[in-house]
Amino acid sequence: MSPRLTLATAERVLRQVRHDPRTIGLLVGLPCLVLWLIAWMFEGTPVLDQFGPLLLGLFPLVVMFLVTSVATLRERQSGTLERLMTLPVGRGDIVIGYALAFGALAVLQALVLTGFAVLVLGMEVAGALWVVVLVAVLDGLLGTALGLAASAAARTEFQAVQMMPLIIFPQLVTAGLMMPRDQMPTVLEVISRAMPLTYGLEALQDLAAGAGLHDVRGAVTAVALFIVGALMLGTATLRRSTR
Amino acid sequence: MRNNGSGQPSEPGRAAVRVDGLRVVRPAGHRRPGIEVLRGIDATVPRGQVVGLLGPSGSGKTTLMRTVVGVQQITAGTVEVLDRPAGEESLRRRVGYVTQSPSVYADLSVVENLRYFARLVAVGEDDVARSLAEVDLTALAGRRVSTLSGGEASRVSLAVALLASPELLVLDEPTVGLDPVLRRDLWDLFGRLAAGGTTLLVSSHVMDEAQRCDRLLLLREGHLLADSTLADLLARTGASHVEAAFLHLVEGR
Ligand SMILES: Nc1ncnc2c1ncn2[C@@H]1O[C@H](COP(=O)(O)OP(=O)(O)OP(=O)(O)O)[C@@H](O)[C@H]1O
Ligand SMILES: [Mg+2]
Repeated sequence: MSPRLTLATAERVLRQVRHDPRTIGLLVGLPCLVLWLIAWMFEGTPVLDQFGPLLLGLFPLVVMFLVTSVATLRERQSGTLERLMTLPVGRGDIVIGYALAFGALAVLQALVLTGFAVLVLGMEVAGALWVVVLVAVLDGLLGTALGLAASAAARTEFQAVQMMPLIIFPQLVTAGLMMPRDQMPTVLEVISRAMPLTYGLEALQDLAAGAGLHDVRGAVTAVALFIVGALMLGTATLRRSTR
Repeated sequence: MRNNGSGQPSEPGRAAVRVDGLRVVRPAGHRRPGIEVLRGIDATVPRGQVVGLLGPSGSGKTTLMRTVVGVQQITAGTVEVLDRPAGEESLRRRVGYVTQSPSVYADLSVVENLRYFARLVAVGEDDVARSLAEVDLTALAGRRVSTLSGGEASRVSLAVALLASPELLVLDEPTVGLDPVLRRDLWDLFGRLAAGGTTLLVSSHVMDEAQRCDRLLLLREGHLLADSTLADLLARTGASHVEAAFLHLVEGR
């Protein structure tokens, strides 16, 4: 791996996104729209203040996972991945290059989304707002890292597409959104503990209830570790040669 | 030294590619046994020559080329490229590969594509300009690849492979879909590159293009039918052109 090759790849990915307004719309416009619909639907209730912060972490994860999966899928289909594998560029340069590019987009997304929720929709966060932004960025990065790991492990394009529901849905069910974790059957609670999204949402729930960085540092560290783990997995499973 | 058919064996150390007993089994699908795509290939590509890899669709041309650039897993045998095992890290700067369908980023412009790959192989802006000129695309440098014709896009893909001035160029059907003038221009370019010392392995299923090659590898259903010059091939089979020689070899088996 070399910083020169990693940065070249990150810059190239960002250039591609810039040429594609629909991806930017999906990244920023769609989550804003859904937040606005929720604010409108529950006007006059504390729902936005309670669940808004959760959505600020959930949207980045799902959307970044999708965008990353599609981007790497296209890289595979267009044959450019095969070409990259014949060039003097490390597998880590490709994976980290993507992570850097989408990480930058995750920052943009988290800032716009939080700004929109607080300034336009009037969402009030009891805890530290900047930590909400931090967790939202980490959740976006987590989505990218999981997307990279999933598509690196996939042998074919079809498998890469199948990974999307496989990785996202179980996390949604067990993350504690539908039912508080301590009310789940023990097995589900254990599974929930093994899922990265759980920690992101846990932190956001606490922040909505008035917590600061100090209170959620455990959950934030867990998300960060999942990101590093997924990126390492993605690098290790990307194949230079195929059957 | 092996000698397929009537071609002269090349001297050791002068081969850019040496393939020995190569077998490749590709998976046929879920829980079904694989199909043997290459069934024991022995071949050499001498340095500084244009070698044509000819064969009908499905004969294994792409698979053979993928083994040379190291992205195809091998079942048995060896492939040596520039005296190193195929796919070795040190070869990635010395070998250029152009896949059958253009492998460039459709949502970037021509020059953005070239600049990205130039950074990966550590060459500069003058090599970007040279590569563009070599495939006659300078005028289209600013165009998005998705707005180009198929032939134009495949020349962008070729230009990327020319960036690092590799010692060996592996080109999978680079002239498909091009008009006769462009086709001739590209073969002229291949000739110039070979005269400058570059080795080229070029696949095609247009048998006419055999005339522009120094040597030929004829492939059919994973078997190598011939590894020789065109003249030797014609003399051996008593045929008047490659197509007839190919048929002669197929029916004479
Ligand atoms: N990914 C794959 N998995 C399994 N089998 C494959 C795969 N790709 C190709 N094959 C099979 O391998 C054989 C040789 O394919 P290959 O692509 O090497 O042929 P080719 O000579 O390049 O053909 P064409 O002229 O059409 O490009 C074919 O029978 C094909 O069906
Ligand atoms: Mg082919």
